[in-house]
Amino acid sequence: MTPFGQAFAAIVAKDLRTELRTMRSLPAMVLFAVTTFVIFRFGLDRTALSGSLASGVIWTTLLFAAVLGINRIFLPEREEGGFDAFRLAPVDRPALFAAKAAVLFLYLAVLEVIVVPVFAVFFLQEWSGLAPMIVVLLLTNLGFAALGTLISSMAVNSRARDLLVPLLLLPLVVPLMIAATGATTHLLDAGGPSYDKFGTWLLVLGLYDGIFCLVGYAVFDFLLED
Amino acid sequence: MSQSEIAIRLRDLGRDYGDRPALAGVDLDLPAGASLAVLGPNGSGKSTLLRILATLLRPSRGEVTVLDTPLPGEAWKLRGRIGYLGHEPLLYEDLTGRENLEFQARLYGLEKQEAGRRIEADLEMVGMSRRADYRVSDYSAGMKQRIAICRAVLHRPSLLLLDEPDSNLDPEGREAARSLIGRRDQLAWQGETAVTRVAVSHEPEKARAEADQVLELAIGGVAP
Repeated sequence: MTPFGQAFAAIVAKDLRTELRTMRSLPAMVLFAVTTFVIFRFGLDRTALSGSLASGVIWTTLLFAAVLGINRIFLPEREEGGFDAFRLAPVDRPALFAAKAAVLFLYLAVLEVIVVPVFAVFFLQEWSGLAPMIVVLLLTNLGFAALGTLISSMAVNSRARDLLVPLLLLPLVVPLMIAATGATTHLLDAGGPSYDKFGTWLLVLGLYDGIFCLVGYAVFDFLLED
Repeated sequence: MSQSEIAIRLRDLGRDYGDRPALAGVDLDLPAGASLAVLGPNGSGKSTLLRILATLLRPSRGEVTVLDTPLPGEAWKLRGRIGYLGHEPLLYEDLTGRENLEFQARLYGLEKQEAGRRIEADLEMVGMSRRADYRVSDYSAGMKQRIAICRAVLHRPSLLLLDEPDSNLDPEGREAARSLIGRRDQLAWQGETAVTRVAVSHEPEKARAEADQVLELAIGGVAP
């Protein structure tokens, strides 16, 4: 068998090279997020947001931008026969799950590096909560990546995959969103960040991540069967 | 013939798609190193048979043993020992031909220098050396087929499963492909282990002349 790490690195490198060459996922995600901020800015008719409203705006935007990336993560495997090629190779199948989740995590990280500063410029008067928010973003990304990869691998073989991904993903992602918004609310308070229940929310995020990483790792083998 | 001398053993193999039987009642003993031609009209289950042998499909009934490995139960043991060339080239359109082969080599755990040497040699054999750095999306169907042939044998499999390997190839391409996927006396890469070859064909006379055994399928079963 090919070592897990070698297969993982090969798939991640292949996906990143393809994305850098074609720019099919990230620009769409960034454009969606920035456009949504513009709409919120004019729709809410507010130049500054704080607390739960700021938290709600940023996580709603990131969630739906993430769905765009999740929809596409397995498309080359589906349309160009990559699933068959992978199933023929002497590779542990969870390596594909781990690699795709890692790629999705990177997409989300790049998205956030671009759009969180845009959000701050548009809406925040107090920026000091952004540094601790990085931990929340990273933990939430991991949950998105694990669950999104799992859901995408289930939906990709269906003709209705564009409908199935949000239908399956959105209900399951509610606990993650509650924890992410809960952890972010007091970081974005108008008077500066406070850390009320911050640790508890991080623990919830970590538990969610752990559960879906383990579930994905355990069931992915069966999802690739005919 | 002992079990280990038989590369493929099928007993009453069948596969259904929903209520529709695609393959039924197939029995076969193919010795290791032999060449089998699979013939039959469209819809007789030739591609289905190949996908079952490649571990890509589960049989609905019957017994399948490939290279001493019972399927589908121990399919994981066969991964890396099969070279499969199907209707789809299994190539990423946004990578170049060479990048596709390098990716394949990494998935199969080939050492970098050995992979590079094989890739260059195989590309040369199918006449794609100078066009290996074009994106696959820019290739013609025949060029994709040539790269797909390189992909199928890059890891030097013990069993070759070929679904109409000559499709999309011009006469020059067909000739060039023989050194990679031809009969055992034509293969340029065969090592000490004899390569068993199963090829689906729509050219009965040519296939019969080249193969050691012929399996003729009919719609809903095996031809009488």
